[in-house]
This record gives sequence, C-alpha cells and structure tokens, in this order.
Amino acid sequence: MSAVTRRDFLVVTATAAGGLVASAYFPARARAVETATRGASTALGAFVRIEPDGTVVIGARGAEIGQGVITSLPMLIAEELGADWERVRVEQLPLGIEASPNPPGVRPRFGAQGAGGSTNIPEGWNELRQVGAQVRWRLVHAAAQRWGVKPEDVRAEKGSLFVSGGRRTVHFGEVAGDAAKLSPPGGELPLKPASTWRIIGTPQRTVDAAGIISGTTRYGLDVREPGMLTAVVARCPYFGGEIASVDDTKARAMPGVRHIVRLPATPANEPMLHNLAAGVAVVADDTWSALQARNALAIEWKPGPGAKDSTAALEQRCIAATKQPGTHVRNDGDVEAAHAGAKRALDVTYIVPFLAHATMEPQNAFVKLEKDRALVIAPTQSPGQANKVVHELTGIPRLNIEVQLPRAGGGFGRRGETDAISEATLIAKQVKAPVKLMWTRDDDLQNDFYRPFGAHRMRGTLAENGQLASWWHTTVGTPIAWRGRDMEKAPAWMGLVDEDGVPAGLVPNYRSEFSAAEFQRMRGWWRGPVHTFAAFATQSFIDEMAHLAQRDPLEFRLALLGEPRELPYDGHGAKVLDTGRLANVLRIAAEKMDWKQARPAGRGLGIAAHLVFGGYTAHAFEVSVAGGELHIHRCVCAVDVGQPVNPLGIEAQIIGGTLDGISAALHQEITVKDGRIEQSNFDTYRLLAMREAPDVEVHIVPSALAPAGAGEMGTPTAAPALANAIFAATGKRLRRMPFAPQLRG
Amino acid sequence: MAIRFTLNEKAIEWSGDPAMPLLWYLRDHAGLAGTKYACGVGACGACTVHVDGAAQRSCVMPVAGLEGKRVATIEALAASNDRAAHAVLDAWKELDVPQCGWCQVGQVMAAIDLVARKPAPTDADIASITNLCRCGTYPRIREAIRRAAAQSRERGQS
Repeated sequence: MSAVTRRDFLVVTATAAGGLVASAYFPARARAVETATRGASTALGAFVRIEPDGTVVIGARGAEIGQGVITSLPMLIAEELGADWERVRVEQLPLGIEASPNPPGVRPRFGAQGAGGSTNIPEGWNELRQVGAQVRWRLVHAAAQRWGVKPEDVRAEKGSLFVSGGRRTVHFGEVAGDAAKLSPPGGELPLKPASTWRIIGTPQRTVDAAGIISGTTRYGLDVREPGMLTAVVARCPYFGGEIASVDDTKARAMPGVRHIVRLPATPANEPMLHNLAAGVAVVADDTWSALQARNALAIEWKPGPGAKDSTAALEQRCIAATKQPGTHVRNDGDVEAAHAGAKRALDVTYIVPFLAHATMEPQNAFVKLEKDRALVIAPTQSPGQANKVVHELTGIPRLNIEVQLPRAGGGFGRRGETDAISEATLIAKQVKAPVKLMWTRDDDLQNDFYRPFGAHRMRGTLAENGQLASWWHTTVGTPIAWRGRDMEKAPAWMGLVDEDGVPAGLVPNYRSEFSAAEFQRMRGWWRGPVHTFAAFATQSFIDEMAHLAQRDPLEFRLALLGEPRELPYDGHGAKVLDTGRLANVLRIAAEKMDWKQARPAGRGLGIAAHLVFGGYTAHAFEVSVAGGELHIHRCVCAVDVGQPVNPLGIEAQIIGGTLDGISAALHQEITVKDGRIEQSNFDTYRLLAMREAPDVEVHIVPSALAPAGAGEMGTPTAAPALANAIFAATGKRLRRMPFAPQLRG
Repeated sequence: MAIRFTLNEKAIEWSGDPAMPLLWYLRDHAGLAGTKYACGVGACGACTVHVDGAAQRSCVMPVAGLEGKRVATIEALAASNDRAAHAVLDAWKELDVPQCGWCQVGQVMAAIDLVARKPAPTDADIASITNLCRCGTYPRIREAIRRAAAQSRERGQS
C-alpha cells in the first residue's frame, strides 16, 4: 500500500513494510533538454528511507571524488531530520532524472549531482536541509496525531520523537508509515536554529572509509559484470591526428583478444564532444591480454595540425603577445598615465605551464548497451553529461540510460569531461558486448584537458606614499573555451582571468587584459580553476611590489585591503569580495606563523591570500633552501568557508589542497615537443612524495555565514606563498613553475 | 609449466601467461580488486601487496617470480587477526585518512609492513615510504602510522 503525495518538491511514499521513502525533484533547477523521453526513470534510491525498525538511510546525491560530499551532504539532511548520525546509513545515489513534461525532456530528480566549482555544499545548504525538514514535519505530525498532542510539543532528536515535558517517545520507524500519508503546507519549512544543531559543525569521519581501506569499496575500474570485456585504446599521440595504417595481424592472434576496432577522430575545428583522439581499441578477455595486444599493434599515424608545435614555441608566442594590447576585461582609471609618470615601477612576466590532472584512478568506464537500455558505471563529475553522451552516441532514450556513481579515485576537474565514457560507448556499440575501458597512466597524462598554459605580464607602480598606484595585468593563455561542449558563448578568458580579484577595486588605476594563444591540445578545469592559474602571478607580484616599496609584505597587503567592506565581484561562487574576511585570514595565518618573530639567516617567510569560490584562504610558509633542496619548515593555512559543515572534512580538503598546490608548484609541467607530450608516467610527471610533504596547520574561522565549498580553497595560494617564502629565504624570485628544477639549477 | 604459490593462504596453480603481473592476476583472475592500478611501472605503490610478508609492488611482479612464495592482499589482512594490520586499519579510520581512497589500500599495506618490521618507526622510517597520494593525505598517514605503532606495541604487551 502506498500513498504518493507531491507537495512542492518532495515525493514521499509509504513502503509496503510500513516505512517511508522520500525523494524529490527541483523544478527551479530543471533545465530544458532537447531529448525525447519515454519509458520510466531508471534511477533508484531516495534522499531518505526510514525502515519500520527505525533504520534511517540517507541518499548521497553528489558525485564523490574525494572531496567528502558522501559525508557532508547527508549530514545536512540528517541534521534537519533529527536523525542519529551514528546510526544513519548512507547510500550513494545514482544519477536521478525523470521525465519533464514542460518543456519536454528530462529534469533532475535529486538536484545537482555533479562536482565542479565547489558548489555541492553551497547548493545543498538550503535544498538538503529542506529535505530533512520536510520529512521531519511528517514524522512530528504523525507522532502528534498518535499521542493527541500539539505538533509544537513534539521534537525529533537522535532518531526518535519526544513529547516536551512528557515521557512518551517513539523511534522514527514506528510512525514512518503514518508520516508518509501526511503532507506539510506548500513552500519552505522553517529550519532549525543553529543553536540546536547536533551534526552540522561537528567533525565527522568519511562514512565509507572502512570499505576503502579494507579493499571492499568498488570503484569504476573494479567493475566486473557478466559477459564483460576489457578494452584499452592506442590513441594518436598527435592532437587531431588520424590513423594512416594499422597492422593488427599479430595482435589479433594473441590469446584472449576478441576484437580490434577503430575510434574516429573528431574533424578539425569541430567541438570535441566525445572521444579525444583517433585510436585503435583492443578488446580482450582481461586487462593483461588487452595491454599485450595493444603493444603488438603496428600503427602509422598521420600527424594533425599541431605536429610541429611545442610548448617552448608557445611560451615565446605568449611572451611576445604580452607586448601587444589585449581585450580589456576590466579597466579602471588610467594605467598608461600612471606608468608614464611613475618613479617606482616593475614590469615582470610569470609563466604557468600546462598541468595534467593525474587522478590516481585513471580514466575508465563500464558501458553495457542493450536494445533500448544502457548501464553506465563510471567515475564522473558530470553524471548528467555522462547520460547525455551515451544518448547522443546510441539514440537510447535518456530515461533508459542508468548512470551509477561509484566513488571516484580523484577528480580535480578531469572527470567533468566524459571522453572516456564516450570511448567505451563507441567500443561497446561495435563489439556488441559490455565493455570496461581502462586508460593506462600514459594514456591519462597524454590525453588530458590540461590546465591552461599562460604568460602573465605584470606591471605595477607605486605612489609617493608607497601604496600601489597602478596595476596592469596582461594575460596571454590558451583558452579553456576552445572546441569544448557548450562553449559558444563563453568568453575566451573564462577560467584564465580573475578580473575582480585582488587588487581590482583597491587600486585607482587597474587594467586586466587578455589575449588568446593558439595551441593544439584541449584545456580544461583543474582544481581551483582561474585561481591556481591567476593567483600565482597576482599574489607573487603583490609581494614584489611590497619589496619595491620596502614594506613588510603582510602590512602592504593589509594596507591595500583597507577597511572591511564588500567589493563587487563577478565570478562563479561569489558575488562580492569582502576585504574584511580576506584581511582576517591573512592576520590569522600571520599570527599562527609568528610572522613578526625574527628567523635565523637562511630562513624566509612568505604569505598569500585569495578569494576562492566564495571562501577566503591565506597561506604562510617558512622555508629554507640548502644544496638546491627546498625545506618547508612550517606551513599554515587559515580559511574562512563560512559556516563549517564538517570541520574534519574541511581540514582534510585544506591539507590536501595545499599539498596539491605545493606538488604542482614544485614538480609539475606538461611539455610538448614536435607535437607530442613528453611526460608519460610519475617518473616524468612527479607527484609530491611523503618525505617532501609538510604538515599543514589548518585554522578554520568560526562563522555563521552561508557556507562555501572547501574542495578547491587550499590550492591557489600555496604556490605564491611558497614562492614568496623562497624569495625571502634566498633572494631568488621564481616567476615560473615548476620551482624544483630552478632551485637545483 | 604451472606456477605454484600461495595467495591469502590458498594454494594457486597458474598455467596462464607467466609474464602477467601479479596485479592483473589479482584483479582479473582472483577477483581481488582491493589492490589498485595507478602507474604500472612500480612508481606509486597503489598496487602494494605482501610477498613473504614484505611490501611489494604487484604491477611489476610477474607471476613467474612467485613460485613457492606467499602472497597476501588487503582482503586477507583485513579479515585476519594480524596485530599490525588491525592497528593500522583502526588508526586509519580514527584519523579519517582517506580522501579519494584509490591509493589507500597500497598505503595501508606499506604501513602494515613498516609497523610489523619496526615497532617504533622513526620519522625517517615513515618518510621512507614512497607510495604516492594525489589527494595529499600524507600528514594524516604519518600520524596514523605513529598511532598504529603505539597501539600495536600496547596490544603486544597486554
């Protein structure tokens, strides 16, 4: 027996056993999709399921890539529900879509499920607490009816319902069946005051950690399904190149090899909607057979338009272009006049290399195609797009394409792209069997959507009083908005220029201008996009200007930020830049670092601060360099994320984000020579090792403001703070990444 | 000629390709997917298993080299009564070490080996672990190893 009630957005159903299931859709977020829809939604799962025995199961809607949303998002629901967190069971939800009658297409059933731009927490903050509140209303009213008391006198706490002043209590399961038949009034319900929170703001461990460390968690690459074949692909090493000839005689004769099929290249200059490269797929009974046979292929490639290109030449082109005017993204006052009359001025150029994402779990996808149904199991940050690309390549209706979301072994922006899922689909179509596609590490490093390459020419002048009089930032870089999906309207500087970042609005004469550089490789979103690319230059250059002014770099920054106030800011994740919040994290980082305390000769301190997707971060480093080796003595990070949801998770993200920033700054660079990527594994594309990794002292600012996501906040300021510390220690200004070879050289 | 070895206390006879790395045998043929692939060249340690009790990188270890050896994977250690294994797994949970988690089984296997060999590992001993983590869980790994070693010592005395 089930009663379905649809009020506002929550769909609550009684289960046959007398429990309750609550699902939802979010009309405000529903986007028109052009696809015809028929059949029923394949998505299973719910936000809340209450079993008659009182077991509370909470669905985690976000794609978990290591950023902790499988824990933090259910915490939001559990808080408002009044659940006992210690006894809540969390289940990962698959992609949830359902038919949308008007406009016809599909709409999200669970709201936003992707990962990108640190939006999971800010988007879930009200939506998911509201889910909890809507279910709590039903439980409270069901208990009140049973006891003949006023609902105001019933409270939900730790999985049970209590009558104020009375002794009566029932656990959720006992009234779940009744609760499912009730409907709250339309509109949003009031949420609990912060003073009564028991879960939000408390440190909570990763809900599925036990499975991860004991090897039972099933990631995408661990999928084994009946009848499954394993595929690997030999891809053209030249971007946009094609297959000239293939001799697969030897490979076909090898044991375990079932099929050898081709993947077409996307025609030059067309959007890169599906697979990244022309290739030859080997489909075999197991991974080793597939890898062996791939080695045995004899392929001649026809190099593409980038066959002669190199990053060395790109760098020269970018530097030359910084001498030419670009498109003014923001232009305040008159930088040219300020420069013409300046007594104290600097004009320097920073270089930011291409970076690969290098997720520890390489790209992979399992795709099973049936007549008019499909199953996708893949680590992805874009579950909706995963569904869409399979539809595009097969014509299977979107509602018949199930996308499961296994825990992903890292994301960092790479899994926002669905090229591996497209490849697996193209292969499965040809071989007519379920296929698990695996990328090897060299596939992964050489076929990425790289963090953009760029040159930042920074020009600044000082006024008589030693303050910044002008700031002129000329960015030349390889746009992310290039042959991408849905990129038609994106400006070329999207993801490269933080035009309202510090010191915009703080200097009377300010210009941020941009020119695009051509290069034949895809570019994409890399953890803290815009910010990791831009803040290295801006936060290093502020330091250079402070030294030019013979001022302490911390004092110079605080004077620049001035009185606490909100400056207009136009970027995703933030509507204003609060100078007070930024100054506050700077002061905390400095204080924890004992900034004013004199250090022994050879030690140097560096600091940097930045607004990242609505959160404020400051890093302070203490370093020395001996024998060409960097030693990080201390590393402090202060963050203001607004209201912390899970402090233990935030600390993990800030530690990890910081080490990611250090790792990239010290070691990483993707280079291209004669059209080919030069790095192929961790020996040539180095990740920070444990012996090099400092402890990171994280300080989280207490705050009741709406929360920002912390997944990307730790990364952008690590590199400039480190560079500033290296300058303080050695007098050597590092204006290009990676640093380690320059320290040795 | 078949290769004979012990895998998680079970006798194995392998007559397939002797060049197949142990990693792919475990994942594709033994149904033990807890051991992970990440580099294939022995550079990262995500595939760490124990061979005759010592941490080894299974992605560069051909099955041919296992004749007469004892292989243990996380699946067996997690289910065993091994003192070092449990101290390490408990410390990993208490300190909430994993982020994405892909490298963590390898990290745990390296840590169990270290704690079993060195009941009181120094900072240098801990820093000698070369398993890579892209998420930057190293500070919590270090702390977890210290804690696991201390707990393992305590349990050994009781």
